Amino acid sequence: MKAVRYYGKEDVRVETVPDPEILNPHDAIVKVTASAICGSDLHIYDGFIPTMEKGDILGHEFMGEVVDVGRETTRLKVGDRVVVPFTIACGQCFYCKEGLWSLCDNSNPNAWMLEKLYGYSGSALFGYSHMYGGYPGGQAQFVRVPFADVGPLKVPDSLSDEQVLFLSDIFPTGYMAAENCNIKPGDTVAVWGCGPVGQFAIKSAYLLGAERVIAIDRFPERLALAASQGNAEIIDYTSTDVYNELRAKTGGQGPDACIDAVGLEAHGTTLDAWYDRVKTSTYMATDRSHALRQAIEVCRKGGTVSIPGVYGGWLDKFPLGAAFGKGLTLKMGQTHMHRYLAPLLERIERGEIDPSFVITHRVRLDEAPAMYRTFRNKQDSCIKVVMRPQETTS
Amino acid sequence: MAHVIRRDIDPSLSDIESWTAVGGATALLLLGLSRRNSQGLWLAALATPLMYRGVTGEWPEFLTRYLPSDDPRDALSNDRGMHVLESAQVLKPIGEVYAFWRQLENLPRFMAHLDRVTQYDDSGLSHWVARGPGGLRVEWDAQIINEVENQVIGWESLPGSDVVTAGSVNFDSARNGRATNITLHMRLEPPAGRAGELVAAIFGRRPAQDVREDLRRLKQLLEAGELPKVVQPSEVMA
Repeated sequence: MKAVRYYGKEDVRVETVPDPEILNPHDAIVKVTASAICGSDLHIYDGFIPTMEKGDILGHEFMGEVVDVGRETTRLKVGDRVVVPFTIACGQCFYCKEGLWSLCDNSNPNAWMLEKLYGYSGSALFGYSHMYGGYPGGQAQFVRVPFADVGPLKVPDSLSDEQVLFLSDIFPTGYMAAENCNIKPGDTVAVWGCGPVGQFAIKSAYLLGAERVIAIDRFPERLALAASQGNAEIIDYTSTDVYNELRAKTGGQGPDACIDAVGLEAHGTTLDAWYDRVKTSTYMATDRSHALRQAIEVCRKGGTVSIPGVYGGWLDKFPLGAAFGKGLTLKMGQTHMHRYLAPLLERIERGEIDPSFVITHRVRLDEAPAMYRTFRNKQDSCIKVVMRPQETTS
Repeated sequence: MAHVIRRDIDPSLSDIESWTAVGGATALLLLGLSRRNSQGLWLAALATPLMYRGVTGEWPEFLTRYLPSDDPRDALSNDRGMHVLESAQVLKPIGEVYAFWRQLENLPRFMAHLDRVTQYDDSGLSHWVARGPGGLRVEWDAQIINEVENQVIGWESLPGSDVVTAGSVNFDSARNGRATNITLHMRLEPPAGRAGELVAAIFGRRPAQDVREDLRRLKQLLEAGELPKVVQPSEVMA
């Protein structure tokens, strides 16, 4: 089969490799019909994620058709059309039973690596480094899915691939970010980053009852999408002072909740953003957290800062004093995917949201290397890339 | 949290031995001091451990630490060799976890170094086979020395084995009976010579991490019903 493989910083290649096989009794093999490139794949592409190895298959947003199942897989059948959550959960451990699916104890065979880094290990992820399990990802024609009775969600034929594909990550991730904001009627929510997760956070905040959503970015096409599709008020941080503007828009009080949908590669125009750039580029710090600092500073007293953006290492100049002084609630973490798949599918079926609005590029799998570059450079107004692995070059 | 099996150490010296030791130490002390030179002082100093043994019945700990022991009875209660203490919580009731462990044949399913454990009969005796890199192989017999159902299993190797090893696993109910906390204490003392090198090659590289991984696999088996496996394609096809 063909697969997108990692070979180093800014080096991904499409190669032909052996098809995956059933390894465990609860496995399934899925023939991938649609697979997306995620913003977090760009952290790998940019070399921010350790324990990647040459030849690893990338991709964690995918869906397709079940073509084989392990002997103890009972719920899924060959021929089922499924969307697969990017976190891998056993469904049986304490964390899974508590609904904290992305903290599953039993899915990561390399848990010791994350234990060294974080004290404890969360769940494994598809296609996202060996410390997260080393599972081959879904930017491929076929993929092995462990615990197939627990994760994959069957989807009805009445919905297209593009309508349900983003149940695999970014829609639930944006939704949980908004849910973590504990939104009450009349609330104003500010969202840093208008990439795909930010776009879904904006829509989800409205679905959960926010009165106003204010979106912050610097790319005109992303701000335009947030305004047109998300119905958000927009702030371009390159031309506007974000702190003052947010205060001005909220009667001086600040947003009730702030969502950092940017994560560890934040850009900015202020002094602290340049300080971050210098420190990370000289390996004296690992993560740039300008967006998060700003969110904490401007959030209203007693508000919530919700962090769907990915962080991996250590933050510098973290304003914990401001967070404490204002009694903020901070909520974060990998999305507990399995909670959200079924209820969000229902929202799609009811027509409350059509997630395909974020797609800007539709390509074959062979075009992955070029699309990684385009997406990373935010060229060609690229917001979301969907690949069709079964469509091959002539 | 961690319970460790302790056995009171039998007073190892008779009265006669004690008085002989004290007497000998006193004589050595006096002899040394009477010389009034540095060699005499050394002699007197050498008498101190003997005096300690005469009075307490044991050699001082700074000496015993380095003495080889071939007695597995104090296997867990001294600190020679490799000691590992590790804990894990399994979301299964205590009866299920205990029964799985007590069936010693199950141990190789999650303990990476073990190839096979065979229980001989109901006597508590068992035969253990461990394997290491390059086909290395070590075997020994062990017996269960302490067993309280749903609480503790303790075992140790029989005298004369290639490996002096002992272990105890404690089971404690947690989360209102939904879960079991497992505390595993293992000790392994490699013998001298080639057998010792074998044992070190099999068990010695990172014993604490190995035991932690063993318990993680136990959890995966009992909770998820399988061990996670991963294969990245290593080859490129034409």
